Order: sequence, then C-alpha cells, then structure tokens
Amino acid sequence: MSDVKITIIDREGEAHVIDAPTDMNMNLMEVIRSYELAPEGTIGICGGMAMCASCQCYMLNYQHMLPEMSYEEEDMLDQAFHVEDNSRLSCQIPITDELEGLEIRIAPTTE
Amino acid sequence: MLIIGAGPTGLFAVFEAGLLKMKCHLIDALPQPGGQCSEIYPKKPIYDIPGFPEVLAGDLVDNLMEQIKPFEPGFTLGERAETIDKQEDGSFIVTTSRGTKHHAPVVVIAGGLGSFEPRKPPIPSIKDYEDKGVAYIIRDPEVYRDRKVVIAGGGDSALDWSIFLADVASEVSLVHRRKDFRGALDSVEKVEELSKIGKINLITDAEVVDLQGEDELSAVVIRHKDEARGEEIKEVDDFIPLFGLSPKLGPIGDWGLEIEKNAIKVDNTYDYQTNIPGVYAIGDVNTYKGKLKLILCGFHEAAIMCQSAYQRINPDKKYVMKYTTVSGVSGFDGSKKEAKREVVKSIN
Repeated sequence: MSDVKITIIDREGEAHVIDAPTDMNMNLMEVIRSYELAPEGTIGICGGMAMCASCQCYMLNYQHMLPEMSYEEEDMLDQAFHVEDNSRLSCQIPITDELEGLEIRIAPTTE
Repeated sequence: MLIIGAGPTGLFAVFEAGLLKMKCHLIDALPQPGGQCSEIYPKKPIYDIPGFPEVLAGDLVDNLMEQIKPFEPGFTLGERAETIDKQEDGSFIVTTSRGTKHHAPVVVIAGGLGSFEPRKPPIPSIKDYEDKGVAYIIRDPEVYRDRKVVIAGGGDSALDWSIFLADVASEVSLVHRRKDFRGALDSVEKVEELSKIGKINLITDAEVVDLQGEDELSAVVIRHKDEARGEEIKEVDDFIPLFGLSPKLGPIGDWGLEIEKNAIKVDNTYDYQTNIPGVYAIGDVNTYKGKLKLILCGFHEAAIMCQSAYQRINPDKKYVMKYTTVSGVSGFDGSKKEAKREVVKSIN
C-alpha cells in the first residue's frame, strides 16, 4: 500500500494536504469526495464518466505530467464554466505515484 | 402507486409493486424510460448487477421493461413533476410541467440525480433577464423572427440553432470561447460557410460576461481573450446560452421534503419513507447514513418500500412476502409465469 501527498484547495480557499492511496483504483474526484472537501451533490454528480463538469479542478502544478485529455473530457470542459488553461476534470485523473506533491484547486460550482 | 422517475429503480419498483397487486404509473422528464442508463450511458457496460457479469446499461433497461410488462405500467414521459398536493383522504395529486394531474395514494420518488435542465452560465445578472431576452431553450424559433440574437456555446445545439436562426432572425451572432467546435462536422462546416457570407456573425475566443438593459435585455458584453481587443458591447434583443443539460433536483426540492446533501432524507431503518408520510424516496435520489448510490441498492430499496406502501394502502390486510419461485408471477394482463411441476417418473 502506498499513499501520495496531494494539496487540495477547497472552494472556500482552504488548503488541505491529504494522503491519497495509489492502490485503490481511485481518481482525484473520488479522493476529494472521500475527504469531503466539497459537499456531496456538488462534485462527481455523473459518477466519474466525464459527463458533467462538477469535478472541475485547476492544476496548480504538474499540468504536463497528467494523462492527456480524452475527447469526452475536452468536450465536457468546452461546455463548462470558469474554465482556465489549467482546468481538468478530476474524475479523469487516476491517483498514481507520480502525483506526489500535486497541488490543485477545486473550481467554483455553477447552476 | 405513482412513481416519479423511470430509471432502473423506478422500473423495478413496478415489478415489486406488481407482485403485491399494486398498479403503477411512472412520470419522467426525459422522453424515454431508463433514466441515466438510457440518456447518459446506454452503451456502457455495468459489472455490478448481481447475476450479470456484464450488462450494457441500455440492455438492463430493456430487460427491466420486459420484466415489468405483465404489470402494465402507465408512462407519462417528457413531463417533469412540478407540484404535489396532499388531499384530505391522505392521497396525493402530482401535477406535471404540462399540467397533467396524477392522483395516487402513494408517491414514490425515484428521481435519481434529478431532472435534466439547461446549464446556466455564471453571468451575475442573468436571472434578471430570464424571459426578458434570455432563454436557455428554444421552444418556438418564430419568436426570434427579425430580431438580433446572440447564441453562446460550442456544441451541437449552439451550432444547429445558429444555422436555423440565420434564416429567421435579422442578425445571428455565435459566441464561443474557443476556435474549435465540438459539434457534428457538417454543422461546423455549415456555420463556417454562413459566417463567410455574413449570415452568421462568428465571434470566437470570446465569452459573454455581462448583460445590459433597463427592464428587457438590450445588449451583451463580450470579452475577447485577446486583451488588445478587450470588451465590446453588442446591442441585441435576445441572448440564448446553449451549454447542454445538467441534472437538478428541481421542483421536488420545494415539496417540503427534508433535503440533505442535495438528496432526500429517508428512514432507512424501516421503509425509505420521507418526512411526508406516504411519500417514499428510493434509489440515487435518497440519502441516509451509509447510503450507496448503486443500482442494486435502488432495487433493494424498491422491494422494501413496496411492502410498506402496500400496508399503507391496505391497512387492514395481513400479508407476508412471497417468493416468485413459489407463487410465480401473475400479470395484470392475465399472464401467469410459474415453475413447471413435472412428474419425472411414476413408480407403479
């Protein structure tokens, strides 16, 4: 079992340094939910299929190390709001050893 | 029973109710049954339905429809449940977005993530202009005849409506934050062509960031990515943001139900009833300690809910749960399924 340390800035601006397991087949959205860093029902609404943009996050570092965006993710971000150049859907980012030290900020919710 | 939501949980509730001789009617905002399974991921395989090592979401819905066929459920599709009114006798009248009224002794909310509604861009004053120049859905394109229209978005609906309204409106502008469009290729090409001949005013790498107007909308503020171009104010009659759909709990949230974490709180120690007696909530729409949003949990909740609903509708009747292996399945259509009782061999 191994964990990586990830810094997650929640929607209120508070930073949380958390341990994310690399061996549980989890993605970043699920890690945020597991630590309850965003209220249920405001993140991961579609369950992690890149079919809503409720798990949008800004990658504050490592942006170029992350897996490439799929067509679905790009498509969804295209319809999302508050999108920046470093926006990603956190459900599309699996937790791996390489993410040790990753820093992200959760994007605001929209109606 | 009136079931709001025709996803897998709502559909299976028809089966469990049918075993108890209760007839069901389902309402769903989507035009077809199946909920998310049909709307979002019909071709995705599901691996955690007990007894099915792998089943496509769309096939699961087809199988459920087949399974409940003997119980002849009624469907009201393409209508959203709007209001609920409790009657003196304890029954309920639920009215849909089209004004259809449904009267039932028990209401079961199996609404999943909620109904799918247009996504609204985060423009501060947008609410003030809704129906005063801002619309998220085009119901009647004739409304836009000879008017100046700005459409925002980069998907199929933004492209298709820009093309359609190019012949209706006096001026059509399509604002998209990127140069890439993700719609069908022929739609993108058509927009490009119409833009070249000046029938669509294509504004890319830009976003509508503010709205102006005394009472009605009179202008939109467009911010260009290119800082040198900055912001421009464009006079318009109508602004139509088309950014797809997202699920919302919607009007059910105003029914006086106890809501927690965007879901309806239920009594999971007994029957998945809400704080309004006679109104149950099952499947992804409910919450309780330890809740898992899984189809299989929705099925379980449906079975338990039906026992309680039966007792509510028939308070004086005694009943015990029966196994389909023992009693078979007797449909309201007169069909009867049961295990064959064969004599293999007689010993004389």
